[in-house]
Amino acid sequence: MRRLFPILVIFTGVLLSYAMSIALLPVVHIGGITLIGAPTEQTMGSVQRIFYYHVPSAWTAFILFFINLGASVYYLIKRCATADIVALVTAEVGVVFCTVVLVTGPIWARPVWGIWWTWDMRLTSTLVLWLIYVSYLFLRKFSSSGQTPLLAAALAVLGALCVPFVYFSIWFFRTQHPQPVMGGGGSIDPRMLHVLLVNWLAFSCFAFLVCWSRFRLEKVQREVDEAHAMRSLLDDPSAAARSMR
Amino acid sequence: MSGAAEGQKGAKQGVARGITRATLLKDLRLEWRSKDAINSMLFFSLLVVVVFSFSFDPSAEESRQIAGGLIWVAFLFAAVVALNQTWARELRNQVLDAYRVSPAPPNSLFMAKVLGNFIFVAVLEALMTPLFIIFYRLRAIGPAWQLLLVAAFGTWALVVNGTFFAAMSIRTRSREIMLPLLLFPISIPAILAMVQATAGILTGEYSARFWIVLLATYDLVFTTGCLLLFETVLNAE
Repeated sequence: MRRLFPILVIFTGVLLSYAMSIALLPVVHIGGITLIGAPTEQTMGSVQRIFYYHVPSAWTAFILFFINLGASVYYLIKRCATADIVALVTAEVGVVFCTVVLVTGPIWARPVWGIWWTWDMRLTSTLVLWLIYVSYLFLRKFSSSGQTPLLAAALAVLGALCVPFVYFSIWFFRTQHPQPVMGGGGSIDPRMLHVLLVNWLAFSCFAFLVCWSRFRLEKVQREVDEAHAMRSLLDDPSAAARSMR
Repeated sequence: MSGAAEGQKGAKQGVARGITRATLLKDLRLEWRSKDAINSMLFFSLLVVVVFSFSFDPSAEESRQIAGGLIWVAFLFAAVVALNQTWARELRNQVLDAYRVSPAPPNSLFMAKVLGNFIFVAVLEALMTPLFIIFYRLRAIGPAWQLLLVAAFGTWALVVNGTFFAAMSIRTRSREIMLPLLLFPISIPAILAMVQATAGILTGEYSARFWIVLLATYDLVFTTGCLLLFETVLNAE
């Protein structure tokens, strides 16, 4: 497994730089050779290119949160420490990707919609999801280590229950007060779709890579903590008993 | 044989109900004698009413639009006061630890706490609503009886989640700050539904039925979720 890590690093690096170049460069013809890039969007122009970071980040974040829910449920059933580390890692990386979504969204919306933010269905549900997972990380940070996994897993399950409610309430909220926000529908240029999917693949690989290294780090951290606890127990049993309390 | 098993089950339910009733009565008696929670909640929401009222000074029409938000934000913040001291009281003299080692079902303790908090917040709402009406010159244009449903379901939504997360946050450092951090994000759909339903009833512009149904569903789902998970949280060690 460990030998795979450098290979994955190189693969992700190459894929990310390829994805970035095709997302940022327009279609160029040099001496009869067509370098494949994404065509510039007709009405929005180059601003639209942020789409290749925004959408893949959102997909990646949602997948990570979904894995977090799965790992939390598994932890509640089996009490397996690995599942807890998976839940922690996916929540952390998911929050980072979700932040990317929430930052790139307004940057795109300002020139295109003319406003930074609107209480639209998708925007609001993403923001609430972000809030829930930030509170999840707060809980993990502030609870004492022995209880953290259980409390966090319970919060993750309740947070997931909340998501459909956010979605439905905002949906109704906005159909009551309609606002011209986004011209829905419309098909996407296949070249754009290609760039989008390549970017998504690159982002997913990157997220997986970060999760993997964070997972290893957390595992080592826990082993070190355990070793410290063991040593203090051997050195001075009464002090250890007090600190355990 | 099945009759005996059923009898045993019935007895168990009777014990659970007895524990709920005893804990609830104990909490009510404590509150009746000290009046800590209700006084601080009342004064806090009174301050919110006064401060908002003179900082905005809305006309009757405007206040119909914003009152839903104001009322519920005031009650939400005030409810946190009561919720924070729910479990803190049980930490003294290791009452919660004693409860944990006893064979009493955890959910009856949870239900007692939820019912107690529901009563405190309901009393607060009953006392504060007339003040809101006076200060903001409120008069419902829509069907006013629906406000009772909104208040009942909305308060239950706040209290059931709040009691659960209060049990979680007493396990953390900086307990009192932790409760709103956990409670508010999860409560966003419920708060939105309460505010929208109240505004809809007061202005009479749209029907509040969807929001009331949404609140009732929210209550059902989260009460079930909290009851399923409470034992885990109580015994987390």
